[in-house]
Amino acid sequence: MVRNWGDEFEAAAYPLLMLLKAIEDLLVATPWWLIIVILTGIAWLATRRWQLPAVVLVSLLFLGVMDLWKDAMTTTALMIAATLTAILVSIPVGVWMSRSLRVRQVITPVLDLMQTLPSFVYLIPTVMIFGPGKIPALIATIVYAAPPLVRLTDLGLRTVDPAVMEASRAFGTNPRQRLLGVQIPLALPTILAGINQTTMMALAMVVIASMIGAGGLGYQVLQGIGRLEVSRGLFAGLGIVVLAIIFDRVIQAFGKQLQARIGMQEAR
Amino acid sequence: MNDMSATTDLAIAMRGVTKIFGKDPQTALALLRAGKSKSEVQAETNHVVGLDDVSLDIARGQIFVVMGLSGSGKSTLVRHVNRLIEPTAGEIIVNGTDVLGMSLDQLRTYRRTQVAMVFQKFGLLPHRSVIDNVAYGLEVRGVAKKERLHEAGKWIEIVGLSGYENSQPRQLSGGQQQRVGLARALAMDTDIVLMDEAFSALDPLIRSGMQDQLIQLQKSLNKTILFITHDFDEALKIGDRVAVLKDGAVQQEGRPEDIVLRPATEHIEEFVRDVNKARAIRVRSIMECGATEPCDLSVPTDARCEDVLPLFAEHEWVGVVDEHGTQIGRITAKQVIRALARHTPAAAA
Repeated sequence: MVRNWGDEFEAAAYPLLMLLKAIEDLLVATPWWLIIVILTGIAWLATRRWQLPAVVLVSLLFLGVMDLWKDAMTTTALMIAATLTAILVSIPVGVWMSRSLRVRQVITPVLDLMQTLPSFVYLIPTVMIFGPGKIPALIATIVYAAPPLVRLTDLGLRTVDPAVMEASRAFGTNPRQRLLGVQIPLALPTILAGINQTTMMALAMVVIASMIGAGGLGYQVLQGIGRLEVSRGLFAGLGIVVLAIIFDRVIQAFGKQLQARIGMQEAR
Repeated sequence: MNDMSATTDLAIAMRGVTKIFGKDPQTALALLRAGKSKSEVQAETNHVVGLDDVSLDIARGQIFVVMGLSGSGKSTLVRHVNRLIEPTAGEIIVNGTDVLGMSLDQLRTYRRTQVAMVFQKFGLLPHRSVIDNVAYGLEVRGVAKKERLHEAGKWIEIVGLSGYENSQPRQLSGGQQQRVGLARALAMDTDIVLMDEAFSALDPLIRSGMQDQLIQLQKSLNKTILFITHDFDEALKIGDRVAVLKDGAVQQEGRPEDIVLRPATEHIEEFVRDVNKARAIRVRSIMECGATEPCDLSVPTDARCEDVLPLFAEHEWVGVVDEHGTQIGRITAKQVIRALARHTPAAAA
C-alpha cells in the first residue's frame, strides 16, 4: 500500500506541511521582541490586569535567556498548526455529533480509540507512509489532540439551555439560525475549553513527535536524555511547561471573559 | 356547514387532541380509548398521557386561561398550538388553517407570522442585549435591522423598560426579564399570543402588576391570548373564559363566575373553596334583571362583588346599568351574600 499510494498520501498531506511551514517561518522571521510585545499585549487584552502579562513576559524572557527561543518557536508552530487543523476538523464533527444520536454512537468509540491508543502505535504507520519528518509528527499530534475538542463541542451544543432553544424554535427559526444564532454562541465557552485542551495535548505530544523529526523543544529533551545532559533536558522541558502556561492562561482568560459576557458565570 | 362557519370565527379550535408520550403511543391510545384512566395506561404500558381528548374553542379577542396543577398537561396543551409538540390524535385549527397539515416550511412561516409565545423561564438569549432580544422574532422573520430595532424600541417603551435597551438580560430582575419576553412576543404583532405560565416565576406583587398590564394591553390591542397558569386566582382575574385541566382532560370550561358558582367536579370545588369569591363573581351573573325603581347609586354589569360590597353599608340595593348608562336591573345585598356564601365549607356541611 505504501509503495503504491505513498505519493498520493504525501500529496494529500501537503497542505498541512505548507501550513506548518508558513507558521514556523513567520514565527522565526518575526523579531523576538515583537513576539514578546504581541503575546504580552494579548495577555493584557484577555485579563486587563498586570499579573498575566507579567507572567507571560517573564516566561518568554526565560526562553530567550536559556537560548531556547528558536526551538520554542518551532514547537509553537507545530502546536498552532495542529490546533488550527484540529479546530477545522473537530468543530464540524462535534456539530454533526450533537445533531444525530447515530453519528454520536459511531464517533464516540473512534474518539475513545484515538485517545487511548498509545501514540507510538499510530506513529509507526504514519512514519511508514510519510517517512520521518514534520508531516507524521503533525498528523500524530492532531490525532492525539483533536478528540477533546470534538467531545466538548458536542457537549456544549447539547447542553444549551433547552428553554432558550425552545423559545428560538417557537419563533420559527430554521436549524441553521438556531445553530449559528443560539447554540454556538452559548456553547462558545465550552468550545473554548476544548480548544484549550487541544492546545495542551498538542504540547504534550511534542516530545514524542520530536522522535520522528518534529524538532523543537522536544528534540532538546530527547537529546538531553540520550546524552545524559540533565540540565539541557530539564531546561528544554521547562521551556515546554512555560509555553503551556502561556497558552493555557491566555485561552482560559478569554474563556472567562466570554462567559461573563453571556452571563453563564453566575446568575444574579 | 354549521361547523365550518363556527370554526372560522374562532382563533384557535382544538378537536379531540390527545397526546401520549412514549415509544408506541398508538397502543396506549387504544387503551385510553377503551376507557382506561391515565394512571392505568401508565401502569400497563409505561406511556404518559399528556392530553386526553381535549376540545377547546377559543374565540378571537379573548383571554382564554387554561388552569391546572403541575402534571395536568397544561404546558403540553399550549405547545400543541404552535406544534412545538405533535399530537398523537386530534386536529388543531388556527385562524381557519389546519396546523397539523402544514409542511415544515409552512410551519416555520406560521410560527414567524401568526403565533408568538411567552415562556415561564423567559427563554431570553443571554448573549444579546434587551433590544436585540425583543427584535429577535422580527429578525428571524427577516425584517430589516433599522425597522426591527425601531419596532423593538417601541415595545420596550410600552412594557416600561425604557433605558434598559442595551442591558444584558442577566442584569435585569425576574419581572423585568419577563417584560422583555412579553415585548418580544408582542413585537411580532401576531393575532395570537401564547403565554405559558408567564407570570408564575414572579413575586406576587410584580405578578399582580403584570396581570393588570396584560389586561390593559389586551384591551388596547385586542389580541387572542391563550394563558396557562396553575394559579386559580390568576385565572379568574385575567380570564374571559377559563378551562380547568386535570390529568390531561378538560374538566370544566366557562366564564370565571360560572366556574366559581357552579363547579363541575369536586376537584374544581377544592379550588373554589380557597378563592376570593367577591373578586371572581361579577354583578351580571347574580343580578336581578328588569325594570326596577331608579336608584341614584349604580354599578356597571361587569363590576365585581367586591366593588359593590362597600355600597351596602348604606343601601339595601343598588342599580345596575349597561354600557350606555341605562339602568337594566338591580342587585341586593342578600343576592350578593347568597352568592358568596354558597359552596363554603360551613354551608356545605
